[in-house]
Amino acid sequence: MKLAYWMYAGPAHIGTLRVASSFKNVHAIMHAPLGDDYFNVMRSMLERERDFTPVTASIVDRHVLARGSQEKVVENITRKDKEERPDLIVLTPTCTSSILQEDLQNFVDRASMGADCDVILADVNHYRVNELQAADRTLEQVVRHYLEKAKRQGCLHIRKTEKPSANILGIFTLGFHNQHDCRELRRLLKELGVETHQVIPEGGSVSQLQFLPNAWFNIVPYREVGLMAAEYLEKEFGMPYVSTTPMGVVDTARCIREIQSIINAQAGHEMVNYQSYIDQQTRFVSQAAWFSRSIDCQNLTGKRAVVFGDATHAASMTKILSREMGIQVVCAGTYCKHDAGWFREQVASFCDQVLITDDHTEVGDLIAKVEPAAIFGTQMERHIGKRLDIPCGVISAPVHIQNFPLGYRPFLGYEGTNQIADLVYNSFTLGMEDHLLEIFGGHDTKEVITKSLSTDTDLRWSAEGQAELSRIPGFVRSKIKRNTEKFARQNNLNEITVEVMYAAKESFTQ
Amino acid sequence: MKPLTHTEPLHFECETGNYHTFCPISCVAWLYQKIEDSFFLVVGTKTCGYFLQNALGVMIFAEPRYAMAELEEGDISAQLNDYQELRRLCSQIKKDRNPSVIVWIGTCTTEIIKMDLEGMAPRLEMELGIPIVVARANGLDYAFTQGEDTVLAAMAHRCPDSGRAKQQSRTHRDDNDSLSSRGLRSLLSFPVPSTTEQMAHPPLVLFGSLPATVAAQLGLELKRQGIEVSGWLPAQRYAELPSLGEGVHVCGVNPFLSRTATTLMRRRKCKLIGAPFPIGPDGTRAWIEKICAVFGIQPKGLQEREEQVWKGLEGYLRLVRGKSVFFMGDNLLEVSLARFLVRCGMVVYEIGIPYMDKRYQAAELALLQSTCQEMGVPFPRIVEKPDNYHQVQRIRELHPDLAITGMAHANPLEARGISTKWSVEFTFAQIHGFTNARDILELVTRPLRRNHSLQELGWVQLVQSPV
Repeated sequence: MKLAYWMYAGPAHIGTLRVASSFKNVHAIMHAPLGDDYFNVMRSMLERERDFTPVTASIVDRHVLARGSQEKVVENITRKDKEERPDLIVLTPTCTSSILQEDLQNFVDRASMGADCDVILADVNHYRVNELQAADRTLEQVVRHYLEKAKRQGCLHIRKTEKPSANILGIFTLGFHNQHDCRELRRLLKELGVETHQVIPEGGSVSQLQFLPNAWFNIVPYREVGLMAAEYLEKEFGMPYVSTTPMGVVDTARCIREIQSIINAQAGHEMVNYQSYIDQQTRFVSQAAWFSRSIDCQNLTGKRAVVFGDATHAASMTKILSREMGIQVVCAGTYCKHDAGWFREQVASFCDQVLITDDHTEVGDLIAKVEPAAIFGTQMERHIGKRLDIPCGVISAPVHIQNFPLGYRPFLGYEGTNQIADLVYNSFTLGMEDHLLEIFGGHDTKEVITKSLSTDTDLRWSAEGQAELSRIPGFVRSKIKRNTEKFARQNNLNEITVEVMYAAKESFTQ
Repeated sequence: MKPLTHTEPLHFECETGNYHTFCPISCVAWLYQKIEDSFFLVVGTKTCGYFLQNALGVMIFAEPRYAMAELEEGDISAQLNDYQELRRLCSQIKKDRNPSVIVWIGTCTTEIIKMDLEGMAPRLEMELGIPIVVARANGLDYAFTQGEDTVLAAMAHRCPDSGRAKQQSRTHRDDNDSLSSRGLRSLLSFPVPSTTEQMAHPPLVLFGSLPATVAAQLGLELKRQGIEVSGWLPAQRYAELPSLGEGVHVCGVNPFLSRTATTLMRRRKCKLIGAPFPIGPDGTRAWIEKICAVFGIQPKGLQEREEQVWKGLEGYLRLVRGKSVFFMGDNLLEVSLARFLVRCGMVVYEIGIPYMDKRYQAAELALLQSTCQEMGVPFPRIVEKPDNYHQVQRIRELHPDLAITGMAHANPLEARGISTKWSVEFTFAQIHGFTNARDILELVTRPLRRNHSLQELGWVQLVQSPV
């Protein structure tokens, strides 16, 4: 047992559901008690999704506990098959129901016999893996299922596309700026003369998965999800993959060069050279390199920062800050403990110390000790920053509604370098701005205005009235105070008690 | 409107129970704030923890008095000693926060692995010297707000015995007596009984978690009738739990507290006053009237008070009269809210509800019936354990003016041109009493007002395929 207040990565079933609900026409069934299906709420609210989330709960209640799920799960699968007509139904338990140790595979086999769609059981151990690892595994499982099915049925005929093409693996729902990154990657590939073949799982169709090997190579922008599928495709079909995350000017260039060597390794195609493209983008199209050279950016040199997040974003951010902007990264960290080795290797020469932990209090303590000028982390670090009065830019999941902007905000590619530069600049500068305002007393003006509006000395607040007023949240308190005083004056009262407050509320019209 | 003659009683149905609601452990989010010296320890898995983290939202960064005792593989496979583990965690909590009570919240997982929380708690309580209350708020048995029910039912056992000590003067007396009554009289012009120490009625304890302001408002309404509230369950502080016992009358303020009611009656021998719930001016009046009736007190000025509140709501009422509403159901407040909306002049097509205790809600159901008859509208269809998929089909057919639903369905319904009000807001808005009737209508009319202004822009159907 461990005392936990906050977790960076969610439970395993969330990862599975994210993958399943990202595909088009795939329905997921959760074998879970009431209340475990908060995933539907998250997806609907954070992504502002217009469609009903394709996840249904097969409710585990006392009856199920006593007698087993018996027909309930099979019935629910059959029912959804008829109602939604999906291509695939993915059945997943949650940590609670996995303890029941019911033979869900048996239910899946039975349901498969009667169902038109495919039915699979997500093969994930809920106590050993977290959200990200489960997502990676489920994606690989679905890809593997369809490729093996095609092989079995003898309809797997690999025909490479004529022009260079690539699959993008690992873009999915509730990801950190995933939709924007995907758009940017498509654009980048297009400019390199590479066709985007399939994007999975986001908007992907399972009936197309058997054609994945027709593309020339795969791109895995985020290490956390997509690597397992890419490795499978490489092993089984000899498909090379690029896993250098194109984040930041230097790494975007590296990624492009890797793509170049893959394309040039294919026989019977004209050689490509992207060097001039890289050069053009770096020096003239993206503003980030120029930003690093501009004079007000000089002030950032030597400033100290702490970076924390998932392995992909934390590693990339550390490198960008250190080698592209001259900022000193005092500590770089990640909560992806299973990827510690890779992470250390990536950031070792770019930071002073490395922190591998999923305990937010350790991160908080370190930040408090180190006192950086800025933090680049997750929503949790943003709050640590608020508490310690240190500015923070959010660069990684766990996500919050703020991380689903309506506007175009990628972190990858050349547009991504601009967004990151803005984020870095604003984090450091606005932080300084606040300090300057404080030094020169710039925040005082509000006080003066409020004071002048309640100069009536003939109105008295009783002790209980004041106590009641103090219970009202700060941001509406002064408005309520003014309205109550107005009401009191209108009724010729000179003391404001609790009853007067309630009466004022009742008579107040908008 | 001439009343319809309803010959059949209210019709109850039961569907598959494939619906969305929040886990009952969500009650921690408001209970830890209500009981200021408490600490809530939820014994569960990552799923529970992640849910609470998202439900508490930004509040979790303020270091609330709650934590997860996260069960790991060793705990599930009974390799670790539960007692030792819990002792370790609770000692840490005692050291860091020093609460007056630790509430252990059992979850589905503890049910399945049959962790004996009730057995371990008393031993640990003796060792640590802090009271430990065990509440099994799990999704196998309960839904959403029923979490509060399990916690209050557990706390009821900890309330001191009224027989043992004369606790009459323990009630919090406001210092603002005569001066405030005078001021109040001038506003509302009806006589307020002179305040005396001695009570003309048996002790009355109210149960249900309400913000202090709302509790004070309800207490004030009763005070105007000469009824003094002896205590609240839960109290603002654990150390201030009310005395219970024979002769103590109890009355609930929330419709989902049936277990607490049963516990108070059977185990603590209190007398339960069954009344409609104080939601909406009609409900509040009926609630006060019932309490007065039980105590043999003639209520004064209640009709006028209710009339006055209704007059003040006219602006909102104009917007809802004649409109239809559909409750998908998730927070067990549905019957009371529906009854109030019928009184406001709306038609309720359907009330979905996770669970209905017909005895505890008897008075409310009767009031719903009579309200429908008086307002001349058909009875709503009442569906326990609804099936969300079928309900969405029904919503498509009926096309109500407003659907009150959870956040899993609200956005998709809006995108298909149905105005929705997300139901969770009713659980944390202040909706009880005369003073807050306006708040309910503010919430209900907001989607109607918002969508009315978008109507002219033609931004109604925001999905491409006709679904």
